[in-house]
Amino acid sequence: MKVVKDKVVIALTGNDAVAEAMRQVNPDVVAAYPITPQTELMHKFADYVADGDVKTEFVLVESEHSAMSAAVGASAAGARVMTATSANGLALMWEIVYIAASTRLPIVMALVNRALSAPINIHCDHSDAMGARDAGWIQLFSENSQEAYDNAIQAVKIAEDRDVLLPVMNCLDGFILSHTLEPVELVPDKFVTDFIGEFQPVHNLLDSDNPTTFGPLDFHDYYFEHKIPQIEAMKRAPAVIERVGAEFAKATGRAYGLLEKYRTGDAERIVIAMGSTCGTAKAVVDVLREKGEKVGLLKIRSFRPFPCRQVREALAGAKAVGVLDRAVSFGSQGGPLAIEIRSALYDNVKVPVKGYIYGLGGRDMPGECVEQAFEELKRVAADGKSSDENGFLGVRE
Amino acid sequence: MPSLKELSKREDLLSAGHRACAGCAATIVARQVLLAAGKDTVVGCATGCLEVVTTIFPYTAWKVPYIHNAFENVASTVSGVESAYRSLKRQGKIHKDMRFIAFGGDGGTYDIGLQALSGAAERGHRMLYVCYDNEAYMNTGIQRSSATPFGAATSTCPAGEVIPGKQQYHKDITKIMVAHRIPYVAQASPSHWNDLAQKVEKALAKDGPSFINVLSPCHRGWRYPMEKTIEISKLAVDTCFWPLYEFDEGTWRITYTPKEKLPLSAWTDRQGRFSHFKDHPELLKLAQEEVDRRWREIQTLAGIGNLCEMKCDEDKASN
Repeated sequence: MKVVKDKVVIALTGNDAVAEAMRQVNPDVVAAYPITPQTELMHKFADYVADGDVKTEFVLVESEHSAMSAAVGASAAGARVMTATSANGLALMWEIVYIAASTRLPIVMALVNRALSAPINIHCDHSDAMGARDAGWIQLFSENSQEAYDNAIQAVKIAEDRDVLLPVMNCLDGFILSHTLEPVELVPDKFVTDFIGEFQPVHNLLDSDNPTTFGPLDFHDYYFEHKIPQIEAMKRAPAVIERVGAEFAKATGRAYGLLEKYRTGDAERIVIAMGSTCGTAKAVVDVLREKGEKVGLLKIRSFRPFPCRQVREALAGAKAVGVLDRAVSFGSQGGPLAIEIRSALYDNVKVPVKGYIYGLGGRDMPGECVEQAFEELKRVAADGKSSDENGFLGVRE
Repeated sequence: MPSLKELSKREDLLSAGHRACAGCAATIVARQVLLAAGKDTVVGCATGCLEVVTTIFPYTAWKVPYIHNAFENVASTVSGVESAYRSLKRQGKIHKDMRFIAFGGDGGTYDIGLQALSGAAERGHRMLYVCYDNEAYMNTGIQRSSATPFGAATSTCPAGEVIPGKQQYHKDITKIMVAHRIPYVAQASPSHWNDLAQKVEKALAKDGPSFINVLSPCHRGWRYPMEKTIEISKLAVDTCFWPLYEFDEGTWRITYTPKEKLPLSAWTDRQGRFSHFKDHPELLKLAQEEVDRRWREIQTLAGIGNLCEMKCDEDKASN
């Protein structure tokens, strides 16, 4: 892959950045239904369709359930398919989200993260994505609009890799990223075309000379065996995510892996987060580092597949770890990310972990909250013990 | 219209050896539809009897490309397949002409799949939706649906001491589909195979969505001897419980009028699900009245013909 020379930097919202990536990917079919805060992404893409900038068949369905159903049909027919949704839309899709993954259809969906009802709320948290964590999709989280754009392009290549053939959710924080203008460096259209290549489906419904049955009834005598290749595909996905990220980095200079270690090398206290909060946390790390504090951030880009080994390596030298979750797993020992981290560390790395819930329903996550976590981690490090009790950041008592 | 002889020479695209009950109408309907459609057809199937009996892994009875996604979404699934076809054809990546057929039972069509069906019809996908209407949730054990006729006993509306079977009239989904103003809507029955084949050909020739509601007797649920499926279908037509008609580009047409309209009891007496009617003559009376009302309505609509053309003629006359 050649180095991209003609770089263009323009101001885009996260939604527009992903829509721009979709224009460049130029999918055969997009099926979507409006839901805030995903709407403007589809408005922008609708402009591209209306102006003839894409070859896409744009299917404006009557619900998210039908959006994912049509995406499944189109993908099984051999089309490159994309969609986008948020929160309750994803919840309505839920049944078909599983079917898409288990039918091994490489659909790419932007998930503009928003809190699930009730009470109804349109602002960011990760409860929508976390509800789909066991659905069999690859889930990538973006820190900023640049990453949302880059991830949208890489997602196509990852999903369609023959070692993977799994759908990918490109998660970006609702409003915080989706509606905020940021400078985004674009790659040329031709780069995207070459980078992702032509979609070559293994089987497709339109090949009537070789008729294939998709979605047969699979009982106790085969179902289990059919889950194993799906598990294996997810196991192969980390290597593909890293390979695609490295290839993208070579051309653009923007490096992508399963996670990002920010000043964690000698860090004693490490905070772990996903999404836009990582930007805030980096700023806090910089401030505290100025004061001589040994702190760092571990940003998880790939929540599914979860990079257990890399997390263990990154945290091996830490004395205390704080995990920031923008979602709750009710009745469990913490947020979904904290549970993953504890599970990855157990029996391998002995470091106390404290879980924090923050930012539910779009509650702001200022730097002070991250500082508070780092401050509390001093005591956790001194005690050397994990606590089942979660902390809450930014909530009124 | 192809003759029976011609149809018999065509390849059966739903193979024998599937697991349907002997005497199941759904597989007869599917075979008749596919005979008229041909091999360059993609079939989608909603969860239900037809899906279950034809595709138990590692076997499939379908000799055409086939997709099952879920229960309520066959219309949106096939709309996605058709959209992929449109896109790839426009790009010159596929050259042959293909057809798209969705099969759903009455549960997957009248009830849980109604929204997806309505959406797909409104969007104008070039696809034929065939409802095989066996008038209850047969696959899950004969539970009532909105297609279950008035008075019928099912496992969720049994003929009890106090409540004798279903207390509501069935939904008129065929007319709901007419209200979508799609190019072609029809009702058919496997007993009238030539009528059904002709309707499928007409539907597939339309440049847009079409819907055919096919009566699909189920001897397990309706309680009649398994070898009587076609006879029971025919009686439904001859009693005018199931009129054969079409709505073709705005024109209503009755495609078969019984020589003698039989009383509804000629059909209900043959089925165990109506056996309590003998103790409840008022149920039969109410059911008969509803059949007569609906039949008169169809006759009236077919008599009027094309309402749009009439309006245009009036406009011309007034000019």
